[in-house]
Amino acid sequence: MTHVLDPNALDGAGSQDTAPGTPPEPFADVTRSGDAFRAFLHGLPGVDQVGAEIRAKVLGTRSIKTTAKAWAIDTAISMVDLTTLEGADTPGKVRSLAAKARRPDPEDLTCPSVAAVCVYGDLADVAKRALEGTDVRVAAVATAFPSGRASRAVKLADVRDAVANGADEIDMVIDRGAFLAGRYLDVFDEIVAVKEACGPAHLKVILETGELVTYDNVRRASWLAMLAGGDFIKTSTGKISPASTLPVCLVMLEAVRDFRAATGRQVGLKPAGGIRTTKDAIKHLVLVNETAGADWLSPDWFRLGASSLLNDLLLQRQKLRTGHYSGPDHVSVD
Amino acid sequence: MTSLFEYAPAPESRSIVDVRPSYGLFVDGEFTDGTGSTMKTVNPATEEVLSEVAVGSGEDVDRAVRAARRAFTRVWGPMRPADRGKYLFRIARLLQERAREFAVLESLDNGKPIRESRDFDVPQAAAHFFHHAGWADKLDHAGLGPAPRPLGVAGQVIPWNFPMLMLAWKIAPALATGNTVVLKPAETTPLTALLFAEVCQQADLPPGVVNIVTGAGDTGRSLVAHPDVDKVAFTGSTEVGREIARSVAGTQKRLTLELGGKAANIVFDDAPIDQAVEGIVRGIFFNQGHVCCAGSRLLVQESVHDEVLASLQRRIGTLRIGDPLDKNTDIGAINSAEQLVRIRELSEIGEAEGAQRWQPECTLPDRGYWFPPTVFTDVSAAHRIARDEVFGPVLSVLTFRTPDEAVAKANNTTYGLSAGVWTEKGSRILAITDRLRAGVVWANTFNEFDPTSPFGGYKQSGYGREGGRQGLAAYLQGDH
Repeated sequence: MTHVLDPNALDGAGSQDTAPGTPPEPFADVTRSGDAFRAFLHGLPGVDQVGAEIRAKVLGTRSIKTTAKAWAIDTAISMVDLTTLEGADTPGKVRSLAAKARRPDPEDLTCPSVAAVCVYGDLADVAKRALEGTDVRVAAVATAFPSGRASRAVKLADVRDAVANGADEIDMVIDRGAFLAGRYLDVFDEIVAVKEACGPAHLKVILETGELVTYDNVRRASWLAMLAGGDFIKTSTGKISPASTLPVCLVMLEAVRDFRAATGRQVGLKPAGGIRTTKDAIKHLVLVNETAGADWLSPDWFRLGASSLLNDLLLQRQKLRTGHYSGPDHVSVD
Repeated sequence: MTSLFEYAPAPESRSIVDVRPSYGLFVDGEFTDGTGSTMKTVNPATEEVLSEVAVGSGEDVDRAVRAARRAFTRVWGPMRPADRGKYLFRIARLLQERAREFAVLESLDNGKPIRESRDFDVPQAAAHFFHHAGWADKLDHAGLGPAPRPLGVAGQVIPWNFPMLMLAWKIAPALATGNTVVLKPAETTPLTALLFAEVCQQADLPPGVVNIVTGAGDTGRSLVAHPDVDKVAFTGSTEVGREIARSVAGTQKRLTLELGGKAANIVFDDAPIDQAVEGIVRGIFFNQGHVCCAGSRLLVQESVHDEVLASLQRRIGTLRIGDPLDKNTDIGAINSAEQLVRIRELSEIGEAEGAQRWQPECTLPDRGYWFPPTVFTDVSAAHRIARDEVFGPVLSVLTFRTPDEAVAKANNTTYGLSAGVWTEKGSRILAITDRLRAGVVWANTFNEFDPTSPFGGYKQSGYGREGGRQGLAAYLQGDH
């Protein structure tokens, strides 16, 4: 169901009509107890692995050419969360990334800027200052990223710190240990608490699908995160292999589509990790277009978490405009 | 309908294939003129005439059968099985090398989307030759007795829905088991068979082993009735199948028939809904529904009927209908004006009988033969659209309440070619498939094919099996 049931749902991103911790109608009572929540999540339709992978593969054969390709490349650039998440990150590195984010192609001013710069929380203020006066947002990973193995108090402090440093968006990780142990309500409560700690910042909930392994788990975790109030659901940290895959994205797109049809609330999707080429990015846009629908084809609802992808998009963009490949020296090394 | 992300046309180039203005018959290793009339073959997506081909006369058929007999007696029959295998491997490789050419020509002549001819028909055809090439020198191990012997000359008549693939299903097992063939392609889709004749030349296949005689119903009748044909293999309508069975009755000829179907696709309430919807779409809209094993009757458990139907309609709304050569096309053209008339007639009868017709909003090209994907709800088991084979993109939706009812309704058909079951419960899959009277039963998938898997029907869907070890038996002496 790709139509918007609630016309205000698009404006109301991030805000919730109900009290924090209460899922939207008609699911308000599914978290009343651990058993009830488990019954709800396990009552979602299963995902047939073979069928989901075939569908993703068939959509991967779409041939996007000429004008459609030009549109897709610019759209993909505007959806990039340009990311650096290394132990070796420095203010200098973040500033250079921010410069690239605001003007990806210095040789071509018609090139759109990216959606956000994604960094560790302690560097959010550097990014914030470097991006002042632009629409590029600052996203910070938090909650003991990437493993999420810390006490809740530490995780919440991590979030508050990142928000205080100027993060517009928080990328949290769920407690995969609790999820795999079947303690769904614990995972839910933690997301609710993080959402509260975020204040005005948007919350992206990283499921780390590479550790959830099955598509049934991916679907359940997606619903769990959406019910808990996540503004976006995100596939991976990029630190675990496999990171995002097309079938995982397909299952998560079905989840955001079905969730909006049922509740009227639209949730965004961010695949992250492993998306390196223009071809990969375009396959993702096709998947969005033909699964959740065109309503998700904007940076408000779909992001691509990536680092090296941007340069390939820029090279393909130049190729499309000039008719020849310019070579790697025509895009900046970050 | 405009959308944010409009895919620009992405047509496959047709310049890769060289369509000659006219074709003769391929007899005894050479293209020769026919003694009868000619007919035109058109591109069903544009009604443009592609080429003129010969209509094989009785005399032409006789010449082809004699060539096949000679080749069987002198060359192909006595040949070392390993050497026969080499020819088949060579043909399989040539099909792969020339895959794009075959795919484009198939889409031009048949109307099917290039995505299907490229990713399904041609690779599957090559796979059938590879599979059977491997059998050629291992027939002793097929469980069909020691040193099984070929039958002789096979007369084969194939349909227009998968012209190249049906050719492979017929020719590959016949040749691997040491038979020679005379094949008549369908009247509306002769071109890939004629391109295959070129491949036979390219592979240096001895003359007469494969003969291609184009034509219409009379040509087929002459072939089937020819006294020197040892084996008749037919894929097509049940009506023609009956006529062939009558014509062969009382002779020594062996016969396999692969005929129509009206398959049930059963969706239980615990099914993986998104994949089931994909399977329903693939079951009935694959190849415009021109599939004998199409899942044309959707049996959905009443408790999930509304949910499945809503998902199905949304999904059908995303199907892309149009130019078969565009790489993004999902649904191509109906193969012929005649078939379009039949689909229209049966759909109108469906409405007249009280079923509800649903079609997505879509723009169809002005020229050519087109029919939008169609779903009938409120269908009763007594309606003709629930019983007759439409052979088009038309789905009838029925409901059931219990597993017993599902099985009873699924089996309540004069056909029995295929069926599908959708449930997350493994034990239910085993219990249900055991009770379905259909030659192929798919579980949580539909329209999957493999050369190792035998294919064929129950009841009016025909007899005999094609593919796998069982398929070899149809071309070997003895009671198997």
